[in-house]
Amino acid sequence: MEHSIEIKHLDLSFGAVKVLQDLNLDVKQGEFLVLLGSSGCGKSTLLNCIAGLLDVTDGQIWIGGENVTWEEPSKRGIGMVFQSYALYPQMTVRGNLSFGLKNAGVSKAEIAERVNRAAQVLQIEPLLDRKPSALSGGQRQRVAIGRALVRDVDVFLFDEPLSNLDAKLRADLRVEIKQLHATLGNTMIYVTHDQIEAMTLADRIAIMKGGAVMQLDAPNAIYNRPANKYVAEFIGSPTMNFFEGEVQGGNFLSGELAIPLEGYAWQGGAVDGAAWLGIRPEHIASGEVAAHKPFQAEATVELVEPLGSDTLLRCDVAGRHVWVRIDGQTEIAPGAPLSLGFSPERAHLFEKTNETRL
Amino acid sequence: MAAARPLGLFRNINAKIAAIPMVLTALVVFTGGTIWTVVYSFTNSKLLPREKFVGFQQYERLWGTERWNVAIENLLIYGACMVVFSLVIGFVLAALLDQKIRFENTFRTILLYPFALSFIVTGLVWQWLLNPDFGIQSVIRALGWESFDFDPLYNADIVIYGVLIAGLWQGTGLVMCLMLAGLRGIDQEIWKAARVDGIPMWKTYIFIVIPMIRPVFITTLVIIASGIVRLYDLIVAQTGGGPGIASDVPAKYVYDYMFQGQNLGQGFAASTMMLLAVLVVIIPWAYLEFGGKKRV
Amino acid sequence: MSDPGILNVAGVGADALDGPRGPKPRRRFSRRNIFIYGTLIVVALYYLLPLWVMVVTSLKGMPEIRLGNIFAPPVEITFQPWVKAWAEACTGLNCDGLSRGFWNSVRITVPSVILSILIASVNGYALANWRFKGADVFFTILIFGAFIPYQVMLYPIVIILREIGLYGSLTGLVLVHSVFGMPILTLLFRNYFTSLPEELFKAARVDGAGFWQIYFQIMLPMSLPIFVVAMILQVTGIWNDFLFGVVYTKPDLYPMTVQLNNIVNSVQGVKEYNVNMAATLLTGLVPLVIYFISGKLFVRGIAAGAVKG
Repeated sequence: MEHSIEIKHLDLSFGAVKVLQDLNLDVKQGEFLVLLGSSGCGKSTLLNCIAGLLDVTDGQIWIGGENVTWEEPSKRGIGMVFQSYALYPQMTVRGNLSFGLKNAGVSKAEIAERVNRAAQVLQIEPLLDRKPSALSGGQRQRVAIGRALVRDVDVFLFDEPLSNLDAKLRADLRVEIKQLHATLGNTMIYVTHDQIEAMTLADRIAIMKGGAVMQLDAPNAIYNRPANKYVAEFIGSPTMNFFEGEVQGGNFLSGELAIPLEGYAWQGGAVDGAAWLGIRPEHIASGEVAAHKPFQAEATVELVEPLGSDTLLRCDVAGRHVWVRIDGQTEIAPGAPLSLGFSPERAHLFEKTNETRL
Repeated sequence: MAAARPLGLFRNINAKIAAIPMVLTALVVFTGGTIWTVVYSFTNSKLLPREKFVGFQQYERLWGTERWNVAIENLLIYGACMVVFSLVIGFVLAALLDQKIRFENTFRTILLYPFALSFIVTGLVWQWLLNPDFGIQSVIRALGWESFDFDPLYNADIVIYGVLIAGLWQGTGLVMCLMLAGLRGIDQEIWKAARVDGIPMWKTYIFIVIPMIRPVFITTLVIIASGIVRLYDLIVAQTGGGPGIASDVPAKYVYDYMFQGQNLGQGFAASTMMLLAVLVVIIPWAYLEFGGKKRV
Repeated sequence: MSDPGILNVAGVGADALDGPRGPKPRRRFSRRNIFIYGTLIVVALYYLLPLWVMVVTSLKGMPEIRLGNIFAPPVEITFQPWVKAWAEACTGLNCDGLSRGFWNSVRITVPSVILSILIASVNGYALANWRFKGADVFFTILIFGAFIPYQVMLYPIVIILREIGLYGSLTGLVLVHSVFGMPILTLLFRNYFTSLPEELFKAARVDGAGFWQIYFQIMLPMSLPIFVVAMILQVTGIWNDFLFGVVYTKPDLYPMTVQLNNIVNSVQGVKEYNVNMAATLLTGLVPLVIYFISGKLFVRGIAAGAVKG
């Protein structure tokens, strides 16, 4: 498939601080790519570089097969949606949508047509003559998306567009953005720190840390085969349980626990040595089911957090805290004994020092 | 919170004690003093205030005096020029300083330092700079332009512009600072959005940024305006109101009649006119600033 | 936005990339930069010019001033004008120089600053945290009062001061400065105390602390910066005052600004421009030193005072 955006050996430093280092990224035509990471990881910086709002220190940016490294933002064929919406407050919604086009010398008829089309897609037609101050947060963000839409561009850039909205609206607009992507088929790059947004929206997720991409893969692959301990910890809620120990002859030894590793999908081949073993709370079986698992342990329930759909348990296993996700209908009280178990193919092993997947 | 609870003189007694100076100032000095002056402007007080009311006589005399009319005309010229030039220059300088330039602090420090000076100091420096025998005029003539004429302080027709130069020198830094604070308050993403939209910088300023910092413009305008009405020290130091009465202003007229001309009634009437002028500026502003909020 | 002037240092070792790479090349002397820096430098020079002229004039002898150019640096530096301005210059019959005015100004400024800040800070604290009925009405009058031309209140204050026997004394002038400093300072302190977390105040009340206890033990220690800002604002404001000084004191007690004006604009005798400029500089020195030392706090003071006022 054709590449829509290519980032080649991108470096960016502010003085002595290196924000992005030798970063390479290919985004396919029509792909929805999410840049995910905690604050300060460089994800918004990267987006600003792609938009041309920041000068890069080295490397190239290609959009739609053209080298746009030195192009002005408006000439790159992109539209951008900001966290604070960045609507022009003194103009009506129509004014906001048409200002850039007017400035680019687009004919009046064409502007009207594009604005109406965008308004229709985003269902903001009744709002066209209002000022941004008279709109709700969700409506404002829709207008902001509309401003990108009227530009008739191939690439949409979203910079944490839903962060300023409350939880309910965020979920609604998330669905709308996904729908919009399905309708338009544009390439979209979406920056967020919210893993749910990332998992639900993305074709591929790029998890960033310290200016580098930790892993770039489809949501499921990231969830099932995290490339390193950072990614494993970042994705999933509650976080993956980790045991510190050693791989020795097909077993993982951690204190008095010996976890058989038969069935684990090794990255290269089995290696002995110090390592982390991670297992997600939702992959730990409890009660009768646990009896069928290759690894079993007896635990005591310490803490119960009912969420309705699920219940989260913090259990004590040989002196360690282990989080377990069980069905929400199970009645269980702190202090109760519980059998736990899991299969090695669900576990994740990471090398002790460089924390890469084994 | 506290205000909603049962009241009594002794509730919050410490807070009330702490507020006594404010209450006295507000009631006795500001309200009482203003009313007193307005009332006595209708008397024919001379050396001492007295209660012989003469209606609008003082005002008729005031507007019939050439000196007062000159003072008003000067204030209007000075005021109009001051507002326009200090807003325009102040904004342009602020916009230049907002371009992520080097030495921003140095430039800002230089542009603002005159504001720290007394009007007396400003007036005397510019009196010296505009001195026709030694100042700018003589220096330029010495360079070979013999016919160069620039002696505003000795030319009754343009003396007020000489004062204006000094006033702008002292006051523009403040306007620049206020505007810069306003510009810094603009969401950076607005600038990014405008760049993505391909809007040139000057258009972004005119169509987006200036409308956004309109409140800053209005507040600045009020500050400049209330400073203009008070214009006194600068005139005293720079021209002493001269040549003749050519650079007189209302505040000086008031002072001279009250404390030197022994004609209190004239002073009261003139100061009441100044109050009126300020109210004309303040009331619409207060209405916009505080009264208008409910509707938005 | 863009960072001008940084040239692209191509990374070594990266595989060959054709065409544009790295930062967009910009000339250090682009037209945009020339315009921005050119304008700013010209304006800055214009702003510095009077200061320069003051300094060089005050260091020249009178013959050199008569012959030379006011912008030229002194050929022969003399400090005589400074000595004369400080200790010998005449106002009326007194010939003991500006030093008298300087000390008068100190005796006016110090107590005025302390008194006005004391009153305004306690008042601002009361308005922010102990709101009582009617407080807002008085506060509104106070703020409006800040815009009333002083001329309207000049004479009534003369009467008040005469009645309490303080007309013509430094104490009277200190009171006047405290009164006219009140609107801006009260506003400054009220806004500052309002910006502190209200929970702090509530927690202290739950712990049983009273009005003064909270003020001294909780609010004061947290408010050092705003006190400094208020001090800068007041010291420069009161030092630079002319009108109140001339109206409410006697010639013996005139503050520095009034004395300076009398020295320079006196019609008697030969004009000694070098002495005049030395005297002018001396008077401007106190606020200038405060300004250059305090830097950002000064800006904060005028912004806080002005924008909200």
